[in-house]
Amino acid sequence: MKSIDSRIWLVLPAVLVLAVAFLGPVGWLLARAFTFPEPGLQNFAAIWERPVYLKVLGNTLLISAVVTPIVVLLAFPVAHLMAHGSARLRRWLIFLVLVPFWTSLLVRAFATAILLQRHGVVNSLLVALGLVDEPLPLLYNFVGLLAGCVQVLLPFVIFPLYSSMVRIDPAFMKAAATLGASPVRAFVRVYLPLTLPGLMTGGILVFISTLGYYVIPALLGGPRQQMISQMIQDQIATFGNWGMAGALSLVLLAATGGMLLLLQLTVGLKEVAR
Amino acid sequence: MSDVLALQGVSKRYGSQVAVDALDLTLRRAEFLTLLGPSGSGKTTTLMMVAGLQRPDTGTIRLNGASVGDLPPYRRDIGMVFQHYALFPHMTVRRNVGFPLEMRRLPREEIAKLVEEVLELVRLPGLGDRLPKELSGGQQQRVALARALVYRPALLLMDEPLGALDRKLREQLQLEIKRVHRERGISVLYVTHDQEEALTMSDRIAVFDRGRIQQIGTPEELYDRPSTRFVASFIGDTNLVSGRAISTAEGVCEVETPAGRVRASVRQRIAAGTSVVVAVRPERVSLASEGEGLGGSVTDVIFVGTARKYAVRLDDGTECFVLRQVGSAPIGGAGTKVRLSWEATHAIAFEA
Amino acid sequence: MRGDGMGAWRLLRAVMCCIVAAWLLAPLVVVVVISFSSAPFLQFPPPGFSLRWYVQLFSTPAWTNSLLVSVQIMVPAALFATILGTAASYALVRGGVPGARLVMACLMLPIVVPGMITAAALFGVYRGLGLNGTLTGLIIGHTVLCLPYVVATVTSALRVQDARLEDAAATLGAPPWAAFRHITLPLVLPAVLSSLLVAMILTFDELIVSLFVSSARVRPVAVQMWSNLLGDFDPTISAIASVCFLLALLVLLADLALRAGKSSRIA
Repeated sequence: MKSIDSRIWLVLPAVLVLAVAFLGPVGWLLARAFTFPEPGLQNFAAIWERPVYLKVLGNTLLISAVVTPIVVLLAFPVAHLMAHGSARLRRWLIFLVLVPFWTSLLVRAFATAILLQRHGVVNSLLVALGLVDEPLPLLYNFVGLLAGCVQVLLPFVIFPLYSSMVRIDPAFMKAAATLGASPVRAFVRVYLPLTLPGLMTGGILVFISTLGYYVIPALLGGPRQQMISQMIQDQIATFGNWGMAGALSLVLLAATGGMLLLLQLTVGLKEVAR
Repeated sequence: MSDVLALQGVSKRYGSQVAVDALDLTLRRAEFLTLLGPSGSGKTTTLMMVAGLQRPDTGTIRLNGASVGDLPPYRRDIGMVFQHYALFPHMTVRRNVGFPLEMRRLPREEIAKLVEEVLELVRLPGLGDRLPKELSGGQQQRVALARALVYRPALLLMDEPLGALDRKLREQLQLEIKRVHRERGISVLYVTHDQEEALTMSDRIAVFDRGRIQQIGTPEELYDRPSTRFVASFIGDTNLVSGRAISTAEGVCEVETPAGRVRASVRQRIAAGTSVVVAVRPERVSLASEGEGLGGSVTDVIFVGTARKYAVRLDDGTECFVLRQVGSAPIGGAGTKVRLSWEATHAIAFEA
Repeated sequence: MRGDGMGAWRLLRAVMCCIVAAWLLAPLVVVVVISFSSAPFLQFPPPGFSLRWYVQLFSTPAWTNSLLVSVQIMVPAALFATILGTAASYALVRGGVPGARLVMACLMLPIVVPGMITAAALFGVYRGLGLNGTLTGLIIGHTVLCLPYVVATVTSALRVQDARLEDAAATLGAPPWAAFRHITLPLVLPAVLSSLLVAMILTFDELIVSLFVSSARVRPVAVQMWSNLLGDFDPTISAIASVCFLLALLVLLADLALRAGKSSRIA
């Protein structure tokens, strides 16, 4: 034990602010699920019984489940080039990924919307190339939502994957080759398992983030792609139903917590924090 | 009261493990006292408690006669040199050395003067504007020393200060530190696990083992008259031969071993029949092809420059080393039968 | 080693990287280009160059007011978050706080909990306190949201710094506050400034909490953008979006410079 321990009090202001302006309010909201409009589990019963809630929950899980593999597949080659390309290329790639990463989500969602409009850049390009006769509906539907999510979430996988990959000693792959493994076998048996922590971290981060998304589905998706955060907002802003908002929040939080637990069990959260 | 530092009954435990056990220790003015011991023996913990970076569980620590138990490190009049120097990486050498003076709110001109003076003392003039990372390990060590000296603390603490340096540089800096100690007349408490370093530098050495001081004395006392088997084997090279005491008279004990009979001095009475261990330095052993003493055969001869080192396996299997000056009458090589003997005053018997 | 498989993989990798680059950057490029358009609708490529949308942006009170509100929230919220977060990090890493790992995990919660939950919770609690539609309410909410980033950045900077430097300073006569000010703070300053920048950009961009807690009178830029986006897009939005993008770019460059400076100074 050090003789000066008065420094521990410095943690107090932050903890106090957190407790008063975050933990307290969130606890209050979650408690509404069991107390509003009257004490009981009726809100959870309603979620289970009424198709509209289950449909939104299903939507949310489906979108997360589709977005995650797409982002991971797209991120893999980028992270690979970043990790094993020249130093110059690496710097440029990192910068290229950081720029959108730092740009406001709202701006990026809006920009994606412009790109995907009926007479937007993508459609003009498709028509000009003769790939389609009519502009495709790319906005306010599943495609638009997907495009937006992928755009926003790519950095969340690229960086963890990259940090797993740079730690892989190229000598491993050479060793595998000298031991007679074909490049494909060496990749599958040696390389891929070593990227697994990054892959899991990135994948689960994407999944969790998508679960809670509000801006992207509201701006780029259609009414049929409504997600759970939009429904929470609806419950409060339109119906004033705090009980249902609390119940849906609890479900969303449980799903998020479950995924984090999975990450903790497979990779360990310390690894994630780097 | 000429003791700079006095520890009385100082103990420190970490959980169930006792790091320092009821320690008494005094350091005289201008003395160079070394705490020597293997890692985990409590020497660094003792130093940290003197510095105020660790708090003792029991006991009192007096600095210049006043108890400092409740004083934080920055109110104790001490200087400390850390193992990895702990130089402030964002400050130049001059600002590093001037830092303790700044903390003491000395006027700017005086700080500048004292810093130049002390940099002169550690032979680093002209490097004041460098950053620590632009210096070699040896130079960084000198800066750390200068920084701990510049405000003339009552006591200088050094925690394995040369541990990170290579052998040659270490030997050079040992002499430098001795010189600074002499020139400044400063009291030094020095921690090391290197017995050669301790022997070279110290006025007195306190040998630590398992949180206790095994023996405290001048290097000569420790080397020639170790009081425990641990001290005998920790300081210098020592041969240890097991046997049984036959008789004791006038401080000399006759010991029977499977390889023969030898004599050794004793510190306290040892009853006949007790199991003992006899410790004797390799350079104190005489080799002969016949006569009295222990029987054995040479297994190897190593030329070590000024001497030849004979490895001998005694008849009971014990491995011994014997050091003989180059030029003394040659003994045969491996396989030669030899007898080992020594003066009773050069060997010590301990109860096993 | 360089079989046909390798060549094919390299080609595939290059193609995929180009697709990702386009996906990441094309929207931003298009927004910036359109903001200089002379056309009154979001046409690409634009028929001509003009600054009319920027003129319109900075002459419409709704936009200028919202910019002012955003700054009024950003500055105090980012400063509070940085100060509270730095103090907490110092205590967590050096002070031996009991249950430090649990406290740390709690401080990370605001980035783990989905924004909608935080927003709804704050809105609900603020109703009883009359904080909805006030700068105070927005500042408090944004401070909490920024806290995790500050704590994450500063604790990791403190962890790599040698704790014995403070011990050394103490033996040299520096009381704890002086040791912090002269030794620890200068060494973690790049991380502290970096987290200040992150906090600023975060509060400037934050939408969901602001959406709930703001009012027509106290309305930050993100909310103003949002309400415009729900109507018809007009190029003024691309002008404000370009401004936001430029801000993000500047902050990113400043942050990269800070990190580069740090790594070259303490090698």
